[in-house]
Amino acid sequence: MRDKTLQNGLEQTHEKNKKTTRLLLLIVVGMFGFGFAMVPLYRLVCNVAGIGISGAANSGRIIDKSGHPRSIDKERLVTIQFDSLINEGLQWEFHPLVKEMKVHPGKPYEVSYYAKNNSGKKVVAQAIPGITPWQATSYFHKTECFCFTQQTLDSGEEKDMPLKFIIDPDLPKDIKVVTLSYTFMDTDRSSLRKKRELNLPSDNKHKG
Amino acid sequence: MSTDIAHEEHHHGPPKGIGRWLFSTNHKDIGTMYLVFALTMLFVGGASAMYIRAELFMPGVQFMEPDFYNNMVTNHALIMVFAVVMPAAAGLANWMIPMMIGAPDMALPRLNNLSFWLLPAAAVMLILSTVVPFLPGGGSAINTGWTLYPPLSIQTGMAMDFAIFTVHILGVSSILASINIVVTILNMRAPGMTLFKMPMFCWAWLFTGLLLIIIAPVLAGGVTMLLFDRHFGTSFFDAAGGGDPVLFQHLFWFFGHPEVYVLLLPSIGVLAMIIPTFARKPLFGYNSLVGGMAILFTLGLVAWAHHQYTVGMAAGPTTWFMIITILISIPVGLMLLNFMMTMWRGAMTFETPMLFAVAIVLMFSFAGVTGIMLAVVPADLEYHDSMFVVAHFHYALIPGALMGLLAAAFYWLPKWTGNMYDERLGKIFFWWNVISFNITFFPQHFYGLAGMPRRIVDYNPAFADLNMISSLGAFAYGLSHLLFLYIVIKTVRGGVKAGNKPWEGAQIGTPGLEWDLSSPPPFHSFTTPPVVK
Repeated sequence: MRDKTLQNGLEQTHEKNKKTTRLLLLIVVGMFGFGFAMVPLYRLVCNVAGIGISGAANSGRIIDKSGHPRSIDKERLVTIQFDSLINEGLQWEFHPLVKEMKVHPGKPYEVSYYAKNNSGKKVVAQAIPGITPWQATSYFHKTECFCFTQQTLDSGEEKDMPLKFIIDPDLPKDIKVVTLSYTFMDTDRSSLRKKRELNLPSDNKHKG
Repeated sequence: MSTDIAHEEHHHGPPKGIGRWLFSTNHKDIGTMYLVFALTMLFVGGASAMYIRAELFMPGVQFMEPDFYNNMVTNHALIMVFAVVMPAAAGLANWMIPMMIGAPDMALPRLNNLSFWLLPAAAVMLILSTVVPFLPGGGSAINTGWTLYPPLSIQTGMAMDFAIFTVHILGVSSILASINIVVTILNMRAPGMTLFKMPMFCWAWLFTGLLLIIIAPVLAGGVTMLLFDRHFGTSFFDAAGGGDPVLFQHLFWFFGHPEVYVLLLPSIGVLAMIIPTFARKPLFGYNSLVGGMAILFTLGLVAWAHHQYTVGMAAGPTTWFMIITILISIPVGLMLLNFMMTMWRGAMTFETPMLFAVAIVLMFSFAGVTGIMLAVVPADLEYHDSMFVVAHFHYALIPGALMGLLAAAFYWLPKWTGNMYDERLGKIFFWWNVISFNITFFPQHFYGLAGMPRRIVDYNPAFADLNMISSLGAFAYGLSHLLFLYIVIKTVRGGVKAGNKPWEGAQIGTPGLEWDLSSPPPFHSFTTPPVVK
């Protein structure tokens, strides 16, 4: 009699164990999925809440949404520095035509970056912007930029790429220097992979 | 019980030969294997730490090239976290939880076997990841640190693939072990053993297991994306293809921060067993300690980005993570209060486990204080990636996790082996261990604040003297564990018989079912469930 109740008890525990295990496995699968769901969610949250970092999440497309004509602040001069970087594996020449300029907030300006493809083949590349200090990011309005789209250069081709921007007059007063940096990256990553297999040292070229 | 004689015979003693271990489904044998594995890996991870300290003994590059140094930093972290502390804690859980709650074995014994035997495979993978760069065509060494941040981790050679698979295997192993432990605690308790009568170690592991089940799959997902970025042309973390490397940091630390509590909680559970025993008083505030762990569990899941203050997050989220991080000090402070109030006016004696427990309460509080410093954003921007951070998390994890496990080993060795360990050697080990630990890591606060960065092979000669002190301390600290190994071997081989209940106060405030069994306990404990009054 006692054996029977014991047996029943064991079977009951067994069933319960199965149920709990299934539930916990479900959490595991769910959390694995959550990791992947973070990819779109992360972008969404950053955009909606406006907590995007240096604009990298949306390719730096910072567009003036207000539509109001900005009054030009003639009293104030802000120094804008232009910087360029080339990511590992991309054999391009890339640098700004002016390194630094002083601008009045509210006034539109145009500068150019020079790019040349030295790789001997057609390359599609994407420029990723970064603004320092990050607090200036939302006050740096680009109306036209080569970073909005991918850039294609044939072997040996060179071109000047325009960048039009307006500094918001609301830029906090304590910011006197803003650095805009672009990193060009090869969208075809096979060259990078080849480099990795050959175990070559990294060759980030920095051209001011 | 006498219905099936063959069945009875089969189940009386352990099977003979290597099959006993390879095919084991016995919670005690698997627990032993976990503990032996962890102790072995402690020496492997310790060897890499010794290399790091030897390299930093003097300024300049002494032995190997910088990439190898960074590879050792990576290995040291991965091994200590995944192959020492977690398996050791799982080993304690395997050994003790079924006995504590009056269960015949773990709920899922075959799964238990699998989750252990995945570990040696992972360890081999990890060691291969270090060896591969030395082979022709092996690519570059892993130089990212255990955080495996892209884009560096995307550019590293094939050693990184080994590391990624290591993380996968370890993740699967710890998820399976956690499921097993959670199911055991929820379903296998003896009649009368309600959740709120359980020994605190079981509660600690219940939270640990649930945490791991939630976070480990996210890390697995993150490194899987890394693997895809490396080989299948995706751009999860590659800015050129529209990805964002910071996303990996979020995925990693969503796992990485709660992981700290995964390492810490089992040791908190151990302290909650040891301190009442040697203070001869029931645990002060049982319910509040459970509540504290629940709060820690919840807050721990939403505090992760305090590791990323410097990546340029906007002020809003940064402030959120700062506030949550500072809030975490409240439940942790409460836990320490639980322990101190348990000791208050107790009839304390200072056997080795208790010495460790008191030292842990003290030194872990210290890590808590430096933790508050690091939680504050403007201060952290200064301290970020300095040796100060290294000092902070070693004060958190060595007392908070490793020493707790050592204390547990001393506390339960008499139960496991039936023999008392050598108390005199135990005390020598304690003082040697704790003093050399402090000599190693205390100076790091100073040269960290003075500006020495972490993870870099060379340093400014201005930091030379303090680094030399650190290194000397580290060699002494590393050596002390050989004494621990000797004590364990000596205890296993023989000694004064321990009896069922070697510690006078062991059953104070808990049902203490494990102490009703003989020492060592029979191969199958509790074939009929005990009844807890």
